[in-house]
Amino acid sequence: MKPNPSNNKLFKVSRRDFVKIGALGSTGLFLGVPLGCKQDKNAFLTGREDAVFAPNVYITILGTGEVQLIAHRSEMGTGIRTSLPLVMADEMEADWTKVKIIQAVGDVKYGDQNTDGSYSVRMFYQPLRVAGATVKLMLMQAAAQEWQVDISECSAVNHEIVHSSGKSLGYGYLAEKAGALPIPEENEITLKDSKDFKFISKETVIYDLEDIVTGKAVYGLDVQIPDLKVAVIKRNPEAGAGIKSFNSDMATAIEGVSKVYKMESTAFPMGYNAPLGGIVVVANNTWTALKALDTVEVVWDKGINASYDSNAFMQQMQRSVQKEGQVKRQQGSATKALKEATKVIESDFLVPHLAHSPMETPCAVARCNADGTCEIWAPVQSPQWVRQAIAEALGIEESEVTINVTLLGSAFGRKSKPDFVVEAALISKEMNTPIKLLWTREDDIQHDFYHSNCAQHIKVGIDKNNKVTSWVHRTAFPSISGTANADAKGPSSDELCMGVLDMPFEIDNISCESLDAKAQIRIGWLRSVHNINHAFAIGSIVDQVAQAREMDPIDNMMDLLGSDRKIDFTALMEGFNNYNVKLEDYPYDTHRLKQVIQLVKEKSGWGKSLPEGKGMGFAAHRSFLTYVACVVEVEVDDNNNIKIPMVHFAIDCGVPVNPDRIRAQFEGGAAFGASLALKSEINVKNGAVIEDNFNNYLVARITDAPINTAVHFVENEEKPTGVGEPPVPPFIPALCNAIFMATGKRITRLPIKL
Amino acid sequence: MEKFTLNINDQKITIECAPDTPLLWALRDQLRLTGTKYGCGIAVCGSCTVHLDGTAIRSCSIPISAINDKAITTIEGVGKDRLHPVQKAWIAENVPQCGFCQSGQIMSAIALLEQNGNPSDADIEQAMSGNICRCGTYIRIRSAIKNAAKNNV
Ligand code: FES
Ligand code: FES
Repeated sequence: MKPNPSNNKLFKVSRRDFVKIGALGSTGLFLGVPLGCKQDKNAFLTGREDAVFAPNVYITILGTGEVQLIAHRSEMGTGIRTSLPLVMADEMEADWTKVKIIQAVGDVKYGDQNTDGSYSVRMFYQPLRVAGATVKLMLMQAAAQEWQVDISECSAVNHEIVHSSGKSLGYGYLAEKAGALPIPEENEITLKDSKDFKFISKETVIYDLEDIVTGKAVYGLDVQIPDLKVAVIKRNPEAGAGIKSFNSDMATAIEGVSKVYKMESTAFPMGYNAPLGGIVVVANNTWTALKALDTVEVVWDKGINASYDSNAFMQQMQRSVQKEGQVKRQQGSATKALKEATKVIESDFLVPHLAHSPMETPCAVARCNADGTCEIWAPVQSPQWVRQAIAEALGIEESEVTINVTLLGSAFGRKSKPDFVVEAALISKEMNTPIKLLWTREDDIQHDFYHSNCAQHIKVGIDKNNKVTSWVHRTAFPSISGTANADAKGPSSDELCMGVLDMPFEIDNISCESLDAKAQIRIGWLRSVHNINHAFAIGSIVDQVAQAREMDPIDNMMDLLGSDRKIDFTALMEGFNNYNVKLEDYPYDTHRLKQVIQLVKEKSGWGKSLPEGKGMGFAAHRSFLTYVACVVEVEVDDNNNIKIPMVHFAIDCGVPVNPDRIRAQFEGGAAFGASLALKSEINVKNGAVIEDNFNNYLVARITDAPINTAVHFVENEEKPTGVGEPPVPPFIPALCNAIFMATGKRITRLPIKL
Repeated sequence: MEKFTLNINDQKITIECAPDTPLLWALRDQLRLTGTKYGCGIAVCGSCTVHLDGTAIRSCSIPISAINDKAITTIEGVGKDRLHPVQKAWIAENVPQCGFCQSGQIMSAIALLEQNGNPSDADIEQAMSGNICRCGTYIRIRSAIKNAAKNNV
């Protein structure tokens, strides 16, 4: 298989880009010591210890045979720190036990590092395969030269180049020689056939596994550097509002407190970088800082969102979706078809604000140095963005900022925003000392970038032949961009492409509409983003439609999807966004969606008879270019306690790069969905968030999450697509539909209250 | 500031801190035992779970002055010489995703298995319901505990 050069901007290297040979010895000179001079049985496995072969930014082979692979995306639990290096290791025929993974600092030279939107594998699968294959070719060239044979007689096998005669040379041995070769052109590279994969699509455990279970893994708050002081901040309950006055006398009297001061607030909408401001306490250790903070008395000022009440806002949005909105996609005349319909199924759907509440709260270590440079250690999803934000906040060049990425104790989108890291840097600058900033759980839940609350109305018309003839979907929610832009009045079309405008049903009369709703608190993207709201509504109404048509829900869904086709959304509306990639490259293929539905039907025992109190529900949704169908089994007891004994997912994510981690994402995605469906809700009153910790912002525990989750893959050779976010959207309506079957109650509002 | 001599992971260590300092922050800030994590500070998430004389407790909610000479075991202590069978079971099931909650999960699981060598589903749910995992690794936690039980921890 030949790579397509146009896919591969990262590796535009020419023959002139000779590799730097690491002559790292004390003289700094290349000494020409004969290679492999050690007279042991490993003589031809390793070379000069200081030899370094680094043909691209991702791969380095040392004379010792160690292969260092760069993980340039952030590890927040998806396994990406393992999966992308695996791709390179596979193409280069490396021995995984000789691989060392090195986490990249934030730097544009690595290409996109924004670990968000479920696209790490999709974006880097091909380029990293090419990177690995390039290295393999160079090692083969080096061996062929050494043996004076034709390269066709050489092959790469488990960290060695083997000649057809049986002799072999190790990668370490060849490193120096390969480093002297010009980098091959991309059209000289041959990628492996998928049937020869050693790691890709196989089971490999995550690189950090043992460190995690022994407590050695380093997350943000675990970073230790000399002279660290701990900072905590008391923020105005209303995001962006300022401070009238404060009294810190008691706090400063506490032994170990270095300073209590006011950090300026940035008025709403402050964007994603600006600190919220507040009263900062810096102390010798965490407990002292927390205790001192508690004693600070503050008189808060009011800002423009002082009257924000999320309940009233929801009612207002719900009223608004009863009337026609701005039509963003239109086919035929839904109004006319609805008039002619013999049955109209309609319902409102409401979803509250939600908080990310990653297990590890936001935190960062910052050291502003005397020479004006700044170094950061933090759990961030987007180190390049953080680098920019810090440079801007401190008024220095990006080149003067180093961002070290620690492991992330989960993130779900929260840690892609740089605000908390900027806070740490500003405090370090103010204090002239290294700072570890802790966000308490209360800070985290009360000052998040919340998931958009949302009201929807869907109306479906069925004609006298039991055919669905019209579809009206209205949605109202505050836009994420409202956090940065005061003019953002409501949903953008990009946001509407997450579940509203990309509706795949073959219905003649369609109207997809949005209604304005203004952000009055920081809004941000949460795992699966607006798909959560829209898949919940669509997946639920479709079940009602099946009931009205007296059809099996899966048969009904297949009928709605209609013919096998690649839907040309760009012809149907202005400004269609296909997760930032071309529809030609990643089409919306109804055939692929139908395939996962068929598969989940077969595997889940769909249609089996169930005892009273049990139910099975179904939903399917494509998001982040991945097709997912889901069947949830539920048990509801007399006290309305909900148990989820079994979940089946059938998925088409193209080539599954690391199947075990994909399964893990789906198991976890179902648990995350269970949190949103059954437990979580953020309420705002007078501009302030009411919930403040896990005792009132509830999330799924072992008692609530699914007991079993099975993941079934559609096998194909399609390009890999994301798996972090796609599990969540269909799970929620499948659960709701299962509850309907078990209890007869329709769920139209989250979290579910029976 | 007061001096406290603690018995941590079979070692006696004296530290100086305010008597109301939660064990969690003493472990993390003073003793640099950072395997024990902060998740909520109010005993509802389980990230900070350690053993006090073999019982699982939330270290965020017990002050250093209440510990006296009771034996404290942290995640760093359980697998000091070689991996504990529960850690091995965790590896075999590839349980962790982000891993942040897992020290606490493992400490709760070890305490459970020490008291009950053959826990039922209900026993597991009861013992583990104080430990949140935002990544949702509950299915594998359940099976790792069962496997560890089978292998006679
Ligand atoms: S940090 Fe102690 S239980 Fe959450
Ligand atoms: S593994 Fe991430 S919170 Fe449990």
